[in-house]
Amino acid sequence: MLRYFSKRLVAVIPTIFLVTIIIFCLQQLLPGDPAVILAGEEQDPSVVAYLHQKMHLDEPLPVRYGYWMAGVLHGDLGESLRIQQPVLQLIKDKLPVTLELALLAMTIALTIGIPAGIISAVAKDTVWDYAANVVALWGLSTPNFWLGILMILWFSVSLGWLPASGYVSPFEDLWGNLAAMIMPAFVLGNAIAAVLMRHTRSAMLQVLNTDYVRTARAKGLSERRVVLKHALRNALTPIITLGALEFGTLLSGAVLTEQVFSIPGFGKLIVDAVFNRDYAVVQGVVLFTSSVYIALNLLADLAYFFVNPRMRG
Amino acid sequence: MRTHPTLGRFLPTLALTLACALSAASVSAQTLRIGLAEDPDVLDPTLARSFVGRVVFASLCDKLFDVDEKLAIVPQLATAYQWSADHKVLTLKLRPGVTFHDGQKLDAAAVKFNLERHKTLAGSNRRGELLPVTSIDVVDPLTVKLNLAAPFAPLLTVLADRAGMMVSPKAAQENPSGFGAKPVCSGPFKFVERVAQDRIVLERFANYWNKDSIHFDKVIYQPIVDSTVRLANLKSGQLDFIERVASSDMAALKADTKFNVARITELGYQGVTINTSGNEMAQKNPLGRDPRVREALELALDRDGIVQVAVDGEGESGNQWLSTANPFYAKNVPLPKRNIERAKALLKEAGVPNPSFTLMTPTTSDGQKVAQVIQSMAKEAGFDVKIQATEFATSLNLADKGQFEAYLLNWSGRADPDGNLFSFYGCKQPLNYSGYCKPELDELLTKSRSTLDPTARAKLFEQVAAVVLKDRPIVYLYHRKWLWAFSKKLSGVRSIPDGLLRVQGLKM
Repeated sequence: MLRYFSKRLVAVIPTIFLVTIIIFCLQQLLPGDPAVILAGEEQDPSVVAYLHQKMHLDEPLPVRYGYWMAGVLHGDLGESLRIQQPVLQLIKDKLPVTLELALLAMTIALTIGIPAGIISAVAKDTVWDYAANVVALWGLSTPNFWLGILMILWFSVSLGWLPASGYVSPFEDLWGNLAAMIMPAFVLGNAIAAVLMRHTRSAMLQVLNTDYVRTARAKGLSERRVVLKHALRNALTPIITLGALEFGTLLSGAVLTEQVFSIPGFGKLIVDAVFNRDYAVVQGVVLFTSSVYIALNLLADLAYFFVNPRMRG
Repeated sequence: MRTHPTLGRFLPTLALTLACALSAASVSAQTLRIGLAEDPDVLDPTLARSFVGRVVFASLCDKLFDVDEKLAIVPQLATAYQWSADHKVLTLKLRPGVTFHDGQKLDAAAVKFNLERHKTLAGSNRRGELLPVTSIDVVDPLTVKLNLAAPFAPLLTVLADRAGMMVSPKAAQENPSGFGAKPVCSGPFKFVERVAQDRIVLERFANYWNKDSIHFDKVIYQPIVDSTVRLANLKSGQLDFIERVASSDMAALKADTKFNVARITELGYQGVTINTSGNEMAQKNPLGRDPRVREALELALDRDGIVQVAVDGEGESGNQWLSTANPFYAKNVPLPKRNIERAKALLKEAGVPNPSFTLMTPTTSDGQKVAQVIQSMAKEAGFDVKIQATEFATSLNLADKGQFEAYLLNWSGRADPDGNLFSFYGCKQPLNYSGYCKPELDELLTKSRSTLDPTARAKLFEQVAAVVLKDRPIVYLYHRKWLWAFSKKLSGVRSIPDGLLRVQGLKM
């Protein structure tokens, strides 16, 4: 296991290196001169020239990449030219917000998606199965921004139970934090729950038809034990992969949901930075989130060992 | 046994939460919460470039002068001014006893430092505005002299905006690269914290020179991009004031007894900039080549109709760089009425009964609506307008390179007409996207800058209008309104045409 894991770990280094090249090159595909948009309304030529020099825009591409990588290797992701804050500081500010939103959304998704998937598989072709499928279909087909705005109008404007948007730190006000996060977390979790439910259902159906499950039942084990201990454990492998991927996506920011609920997470940060051509921010944040994504996949690989004994070989 | 420690930890947390909730309730009574449509850029008056940043500066940084409801110059940090006989020296008398948020004195040396910083700091956006100022002399601690290369009429209004904002020299020198992240000025509120895209928190400055006019302990600016969500926050009581309300929400808000609304005609304009430069793209297209085709386009448009469809009537039709109510509006070129017959006749005369051109537009829904209305109105006169929705940064770049035929563009506007004119029509000026260049116009524009007498200036603007509104490198459409909505409990809201909320005198 250790060998397998260290082999995977070594493979991460070239992956991240490749990611930096891809991020950097993709960024150059954005049309327009970043200095022109960053210079603002007045378009003062001296400001444009200054920004060109500051962003090394007149240098060849590999040289610019070199400047950026030299900074990255020294732990300096650069500075946002738009708001004059270090990118690392922006990431530090946004990470707890994005992380909390992702964890809450994932909790909601798991608590709805997996049980619903199990029930739907066990009670296949019954009213429970159909009901779970309808809910899943609804979750998959509801646009996040629409559900978000609808919830705001209902819970904040009409009923006045929850704040319409914004973020409060849990260290300042725990209840305020939960009240502000519950709607966006539900909107995000709802869609993932649907995906998880569909996958859990199909994985469970497959496993429930295998010989060893039949044997377990023949041995006289309770249905509960057969389903939860024997079948689910095997069915979980693809769901862990999916869960890790979905969680990774959540960590790179949920653009629309953050926009609707004014949650200051990675999604909003990246979108604003792209529209304002704040290159350092886009590069820094994408590099960070893709590294997290890679790390999560590594952890998912590791998790297989714990749920699936066959892989420990 | 094992539950006790948990309970022991939980109880104080609960008590703390309750205490926080209670104290939050009492604090919020003295806090003014303002919803912004965008996240401001850097909070350094020298480097700042966005409109929304100026909204925040109104609480944070005082200026040498301010403008009132009628755009007249009123004193702020400078109490009086005097022009020399040749209008090449402006002497300012400063308000005594003013300090910056860090306790430093605001005196003539500080003003000199600031104006020089605006002029010389790398990346300064104020350099162009202060270009005619050649040097600054400290006469005595409360008197400062600005020496100019030539008389410059817009100078006072320039000093009533970001170029007139004073920051603490000590703070700016100590933190040159990060000043904008922690600004120190002399306004009614001082900077506490900024969480990008979330909030900017300011607290009352106890030593503010005009502290009797301030009735809040804290101001929190929250950028909420979606107008529906911004409004929902106002309605649910989380915000006290929101700017840039969607025009479609105004009617319902006006009828709502819990809120007040304000409409302020902007200093800027919405217009179609036409590529009239000598480049290939302009010369290939009849619209760029022939002023008669541009006149036909203008005559094909019903401006009131555009205002009605695009912004639900929350705008003012206009044919110039400033609105009809402005004292500098050139009365010799009045707002023309739609005239399809004349438009068709002009196109026939120009030999292009069915000209076709591409209109580059922003991707915003308002922009799209305006473009579609133009398209259908112009069609009646024989135009074939193709709409090309383009992301803002990209469109700006194409405009900069002259790679467009027509460009739907807005300008946020400046208090002095020069700010809406010079950069747009002067040969080789940075905002002259149309590429229009006429030496006689340059001369007129330069003359209007050096003429201080308002009546003589207005005459010059009429001459400018006679030239540019005949050639039409820009077809002006309308002036938007800054739409505000705020709690009925909030009083003292002043409608200043620059669209910036002044916190002085606001009360809840």
